Amino acid sequence: MLEINDLWVDVKGTEVLKGVNLTIPSGETHILFGKNGSGKSSLLMTIMGFSRYKVRQGRISFKGEDITKMPINERSKMGIGLAFQRPPSIRGVKTRDVFSICNNDSESCDMLAEKFEFSELLERELNVGFSGGEMKKSEILQLLLQDPELVMLDEPESGVDLENLEILGKAINKLLEKYLWRKRGKSGLVISHLGFILNYIEADSGYVLMDGRIHCSGNPRELFKGIQRHGYRECIECQR
Amino acid sequence: MSEIRKNRAESAKNKKAAFGTDVDLLQFQLPAEDAADDLDLEALTHEDRKQIIQSGVDLEDADRSGTFVQADHRIVHCAAKQRGLEVLPMAKALEQHRWLEEFYWQAVQVDADKYTAQAELHFQNGYFIRALAGQRVTTPIQACLYMRHDKTAQNVHNIVIAEEGSELNIITGCTTAPRLQSGLHIGISEFYVRRGAKLTFTMIHDWAEEVMVRPRSGIVVEEDGLFLSNYVSLKPVRSLQMYPTVRLTGPGAVARFHSILVAPPGCELDTGARVVLEASHTRAEIISRTITTGGTIKARGHLIGLQPDVKAHLECHGLILSDQGVIHAIPELEGHKSGAEMSHEAAVGKIAEEEIEYLMARGLTEEEATATIVRGFLNVQIEGLPPELQAEVDRAIEESEKSML
Repeated sequence: MLEINDLWVDVKGTEVLKGVNLTIPSGETHILFGKNGSGKSSLLMTIMGFSRYKVRQGRISFKGEDITKMPINERSKMGIGLAFQRPPSIRGVKTRDVFSICNNDSESCDMLAEKFEFSELLERELNVGFSGGEMKKSEILQLLLQDPELVMLDEPESGVDLENLEILGKAINKLLEKYLWRKRGKSGLVISHLGFILNYIEADSGYVLMDGRIHCSGNPRELFKGIQRHGYRECIECQR
Repeated sequence: MSEIRKNRAESAKNKKAAFGTDVDLLQFQLPAEDAADDLDLEALTHEDRKQIIQSGVDLEDADRSGTFVQADHRIVHCAAKQRGLEVLPMAKALEQHRWLEEFYWQAVQVDADKYTAQAELHFQNGYFIRALAGQRVTTPIQACLYMRHDKTAQNVHNIVIAEEGSELNIITGCTTAPRLQSGLHIGISEFYVRRGAKLTFTMIHDWAEEVMVRPRSGIVVEEDGLFLSNYVSLKPVRSLQMYPTVRLTGPGAVARFHSILVAPPGCELDTGARVVLEASHTRAEIISRTITTGGTIKARGHLIGLQPDVKAHLECHGLILSDQGVIHAIPELEGHKSGAEMSHEAAVGKIAEEEIEYLMARGLTEEEATATIVRGFLNVQIEGLPPELQAEVDRAIEESEKSML
């Protein structure tokens, strides 16, 4: 579904990705681990097409089509969705209006908001005065309404309290069709620091991104255990 | 009394205003016709009637408790439909109510500048609106000051009094004939909000490209009174300068100003509000949302706290949609006593690319995302504004979006 070949990306003249290769087949979910500043968010933002991230070399293809130079909205229409780590606050624009951009069926929007205890926030300005957890929930609900084929989640669990982690986990689970394992059509690319998300998704592969490069890959749970025990040092060793 | 006033006006007839481009008054003709000569509504051309309706005036008077329409210096329509409400042309009101002299030129100084002087020396009527004590006039009263002739000056003087415990909602739509290109509008407005009264004043301006506008407003709010002003100017105008001043003279008095301004290329808007919190427990709020698509905007605000227990907030947000445009926010806070709680917030800039791209990631094109953000920026839900008036403001914004983007 997603194929990235030798991707080099700059932000304001600084190299943030240095030759990334990655393939996510249809129905698979892959997890990205890595320290702050290793290039994880940059990779997701580049796949979505944000203008700050200049592709210097390489190619991104989605469902067999080269999307490297495609505008963001066309990538979205093709089926790529991103839940942001730090979404912007937009004054005057109601959360409900943004939800209806994702899906103009207001009934499903209300039902979903009610199910995930989000109804009161629909009438508020997008992310203005939202807590970290409320922002994350808003992002995941928008993706549920958008229903993308490639789901990209940028640290969905950070800043979320324990009670809401459970609710959010269920939403992500629904988003990635965890229980449709054998005939799952959705693909995922998920950034995680805490590993909590692994309890809610069926992750197929994991990678460690360091200094803009993918250093190692493997079973995501094993990788995460290693990181918990030895930090990212082992990944450097492993690479050697 | 009137002799002294005339002399003061004479002495100020060349006095430049503190702010705004200086207007050469001689460029604009004064009407030769008799000011008392009324004009029948039916005598207006189809084009004029259409323009007046577009400014938000309902010529059938439906859903309105009163109406005042003046074209140039002539009264077109004046009616009050509710008991306890007076709507009169100013000249007639001054004749009928001798006591009105006490309010005439009290909230605005006659010798403030050449524009106030001209309004006194070449008086061309205006409206007098008054709610009697205890009367709640919740259905809006509409007023329209219309300019029909090119290169002329319209000088009006309005007085609004909300007597003790009353409530008034006024909407004014000032506009010009489509054929008119240039003109000068001077509007003196004095508002008196008596004890426990509530006055909502919503003004939607729709001038022509070369029109100069110089409103001069003064407001006095007594104990527990509330003055709520909403000002909307989204269409081209050559130059508009106004700086209404409110005095909160009674304990618990409140003033709130909301302005929504758009400056297209060639347009100069210099507006704001000044509130003097003279009495204890008074509160004030000045909020402006400004957009330039090529014009210049000065968004001013001045809060003066004279008592220790007052509360006031000033907010100027400006959006620059064209590199040719300028927005200059000038917020001023002046506290005279410790304990006065006064704050301001100002932000001027372009739409953040991050916001546009965020909405694009949800499926909107760049143009659609920009329009959504601009609409949101202008979408100020004004607290205490009756739904009918909010609908008028929303309608004006919706119309302007088409030309702006």
